[in-house]
Amino acid sequence: MDLKSLKEEISKRINTDDLQKINEIKTEYLGKKGSITELSKKMKELSNEEKKEFGKKLNELKKAANDMFENKRKEIEQALLNKKLASEKIDITLPSRKTVRGSKHPLSRVQEELEDLFVSLGYDVYEGPEIESDENCFQRLNLPSGHPARDSQDTFYLENEEDKYLLRTQTSTAQVHAMLENENKEPMRIVCPGKTYRRDDDATHSHQFMQFEGLVIGEDISLANLKATLELFSKKLLGEKTEIRFRPSYFPFTEPSVEVDVTCFKCHGKGCNLCKESGWIEVLGAGIVHPNVLRMNGYDPEKYTGFAFGPGLDRFAMFKYGITDIRYLYGNDIRFLKQFDRKDDINEIKS
Amino acid sequence: MKLSRKFVSEYIELPDIDIKSIAEDMTRVGNEYDSAEKLINATNLIIGEVIDCIPHPDSDHLNVCNVNVGSEILQIVCGAPNCRKGLKVIVALNGAKLPDGEIKKGKIRGIESNGMMCSKKELGIDNRFLTEEDINGICELGSDAIVGEDPIKYLGLDDEVIDFELTSNRGDLLSIIGMAYELGAIYDKKVKDIDLSFEENKESIKDSFNVKIETENCTKFLAKKALNVTIKESPDFIKNRLIASGIRPINNVVDISNYVMLETGQPLHFYDADRLGDTLIVRMAESKEKLTTLDNIERELTNNDIVIADKQQAIGLAGVMGGLSTEVENNTKNIIIESAIFNPTLIRKTSKKILRSEASNRFEKGIDPERTNMAILRSCHLLEKYANASIVGGILEYDKTDNKEKNINITVDKINKVLGINIQTKDIISIFERLGFKVIKEKDFLKVTVPTRRQDISIKEDLIEEVGRIYGMDKIPSIMPNVPNKPGHYNKTNRAIKNKMVSLGLNETLSYALIPKSEVHKYTLDNFESINVDKPMSEDRATLRYSLLYSMVEIYKYNKARNQKDISIFEMGKCFYKESNEYKEDLKLACLMTGDYYLGIHNDKVDFYIIKGILEELLDYLGYNGRYSLVVNNIPNELHPGISANIIFQGSEIGIIGKLHPNITKDEVYVFEINLTKLLTNRTSKMQFKEISKYPSIVKDVAFIVKKDITSASIEKTIKKAGGRLLNNIKMFDVYTGENVSSNEKSIAYSLTFSDANRTLSEEEVMKVFNNIISSVEKSGAKLRDK
Repeated sequence: MDLKSLKEEISKRINTDDLQKINEIKTEYLGKKGSITELSKKMKELSNEEKKEFGKKLNELKKAANDMFENKRKEIEQALLNKKLASEKIDITLPSRKTVRGSKHPLSRVQEELEDLFVSLGYDVYEGPEIESDENCFQRLNLPSGHPARDSQDTFYLENEEDKYLLRTQTSTAQVHAMLENENKEPMRIVCPGKTYRRDDDATHSHQFMQFEGLVIGEDISLANLKATLELFSKKLLGEKTEIRFRPSYFPFTEPSVEVDVTCFKCHGKGCNLCKESGWIEVLGAGIVHPNVLRMNGYDPEKYTGFAFGPGLDRFAMFKYGITDIRYLYGNDIRFLKQFDRKDDINEIKS
Repeated sequence: MKLSRKFVSEYIELPDIDIKSIAEDMTRVGNEYDSAEKLINATNLIIGEVIDCIPHPDSDHLNVCNVNVGSEILQIVCGAPNCRKGLKVIVALNGAKLPDGEIKKGKIRGIESNGMMCSKKELGIDNRFLTEEDINGICELGSDAIVGEDPIKYLGLDDEVIDFELTSNRGDLLSIIGMAYELGAIYDKKVKDIDLSFEENKESIKDSFNVKIETENCTKFLAKKALNVTIKESPDFIKNRLIASGIRPINNVVDISNYVMLETGQPLHFYDADRLGDTLIVRMAESKEKLTTLDNIERELTNNDIVIADKQQAIGLAGVMGGLSTEVENNTKNIIIESAIFNPTLIRKTSKKILRSEASNRFEKGIDPERTNMAILRSCHLLEKYANASIVGGILEYDKTDNKEKNINITVDKINKVLGINIQTKDIISIFERLGFKVIKEKDFLKVTVPTRRQDISIKEDLIEEVGRIYGMDKIPSIMPNVPNKPGHYNKTNRAIKNKMVSLGLNETLSYALIPKSEVHKYTLDNFESINVDKPMSEDRATLRYSLLYSMVEIYKYNKARNQKDISIFEMGKCFYKESNEYKEDLKLACLMTGDYYLGIHNDKVDFYIIKGILEELLDYLGYNGRYSLVVNNIPNELHPGISANIIFQGSEIGIIGKLHPNITKDEVYVFEINLTKLLTNRTSKMQFKEISKYPSIVKDVAFIVKKDITSASIEKTIKKAGGRLLNNIKMFDVYTGENVSSNEKSIAYSLTFSDANRTLSEEEVMKVFNNIISSVEKSGAKLRDK
């Protein structure tokens, strides 16, 4: 049998997908007593010249045969593996093993968002106590006893204190602490988030609510500075398209005082039921710090001016997340809380 | 303050500006409004005359009328008792819109009716301004009413009203004249003079009457006398303006006192002179003094109430309400007119307990002493004109007010700097002049003279606000403040705690700090003084919380009632107590868990070890690893005594953890609370890189059989002590009770890791330590479980 027909014979015989059989055939040809191995024994019967040529051809045959067996083996193994993988297929639509995800209260979220904004502008977050003296809550804010503006802040006084101690009605009281504590009476920028309390409990008021006071003291601080700051604030919370409007108003601790309106985020100024067809929504009071307030807390009103603003966070949280009733904010229904379990929209905020 | 357009037009011309625009323009200068609309909101009304009126064949009270409305004769079915032939009436035509609905053509008991004859009530006038006849019958117009014309105009009710919500500093706007000045500043128009003219008779009040002021809480008191008044109905214009302003007309004399108060902002009081002695005394009430006020209620007074008295007794509560005994009645002939100023704070206090009235509101906000004079003269003018009064000569006058026009100096630069704008001197002067302020331009500053009616203006900043208001606050530009660069700070630890709790799968709650008194000492064994609020809104909100757990458990109950069984919540908030007369606030963190913790298909029911894991994870994350322990010491009554512990941080208690006591709930509910104020006074070590060991570690497992009440912590302690330096991790991995372990024992298994940072340990030296550990644990009473 010549070498060429041996090769053809092998290629015909290995056309099987049985790995065992392949190995047997391989032994038949390349084993110790295999037919190709046997051929090499014929070598010694040949002349030197023949030997050389025959040897070369035999080696080629051996290699070719080996390759054929090896390729076939790989082919079969791959096919087996593929079959096994196919059998391992799972239902990827079954539920995942969840990790737990908690949620942060919408008021905390709004508070933190504003803290981050103001900290980035160089403000310090300053939290004052919730129990206050009448002096800090009112008198040092230019609201002497008997002042008619106290009416709008119906106060929780503490028992047996003859109107001396109270639950703070406004975070403006933190201003007083910050000013008094500033020993060198240097310029300052602070925001004071926190809980506040008033005797108000109806569909639109909660007796406990959150405010976020802001105060800047410096040289030549103006109403225009206040406007720019509040514009930034409103855009951050309510969207880039938000505009703000100042209306003159009255607060004892600021002069001039302004009410701040923002363009209605529901109708964007066209007029709807939310903004009572005006296109604007009143969101906070602000103004230039009254010289009496600066003076009473150790600052020289001839040298410094300042601005202050005091939004309620409850309303902002409601606006931002479309919460329809303030009672949700303090109801702690787990179905409400769990809705605030993800990052804020990526579109809205560049972060 | 309700502003009648007709009333204010007496003092300023406002043609061609619609009422909504006026309201908006006023808002722009700081005077917000609630509503701005017609006094009568009705359309398609016409004057008609009933030309015949016959009973409805199918009714015992309806009439079928033919009504001439000029252009046609309408058949209208009417049920009013006063409907009769010849009467001039208000007809609402088909399609008319009235406050209560639209008039439609229809049949009433089979007879066609085209329109409706209206009562004043049906025009939308509030009942309190109407008589019984006005409410029950159709409105009877005078015989001079012209058929086919506008009945609202005929009645003089063609007015418009803006209801303002004024700021508390603008007492001057609680008067028509004040409003006229404000509108004058907006529209640059002059305010007309008020007519104060009248004749005086030859008598002098000083001959027959006397005023004594015995308290400094009355700073001004004027009295005049008017004789022979005729009490009757007021002329229509007075009645209509009172109604538009929200005040009920009574009779001409009483109406004049209210009318003048509306015009000038100065409340007046009229006394029936014949029911009064010859002296009026202003003094503080005596404690428990009695007075029957106009509303026929006997009031007990305190020595903080100012009263007007005769020689015997109090006859009126100054500034708040008159007394019944000297009230002007239908047979009153002669009156004493009082125009005075009282201490605003005391008026406020008295009115708060008695009645907030139009008068007290004005006294509280402060009154321009010039108006005190203006008002008394104006009332004389009107009493003479509309009540045929003869005014007695002279006036009794007491005046301790120091009422001068204020001069304030201000620079243009200061105005521009504070507002952040740049307007010219001449424009600023023009604004002040529009406001009725006088301005003298000095070399470096403006000298501004403020009229006494603007009691709210006393300093530069007030003037700056005036400029800003009239210039337009909405025109102020946005300019970021120029401030030195410095980093801002916030409390990162508190934020990190919240974030950690959220990342552990807990939902943040926000509850009220005020809780019931009965709950404040629960969930704690601490001895502390709780803090109550004065006059709480309700029993539920009477005390400041000392622990957050009461609220957490309430939240749990609330949600359970709504079929929510898987609840994992936390809250961070201030808790309150009093200590050596000082108010203290501690920040606490509370956590409550019940039901399933994981949310997927591999849920775990919350047990003690899950919530303990939350607590430890938080404390370790904060850097307090190894510095705290759980010890069963004093467990509050609200927690399960066997499944709870005190959280001890370096020897002092910082909180509690455990299962709610079955007395609170039968459910498996776990809580913890820690005092962050206490905890966070402890610093943590700096986070530092530790070289990673290049040498392999050797792990050995061991299990012991111990008595059931032996704690894992005590075994670990023994292991650790015996293990020494080479033992660097102990992990408890199994607790077993059951087969092969007797019923009062448990098997507990640990995986111990040995290594050295500088070399490879040999098996022999590890075995030596390992055996040492085993024998130490055995010495403490444990048996080695067969390997």
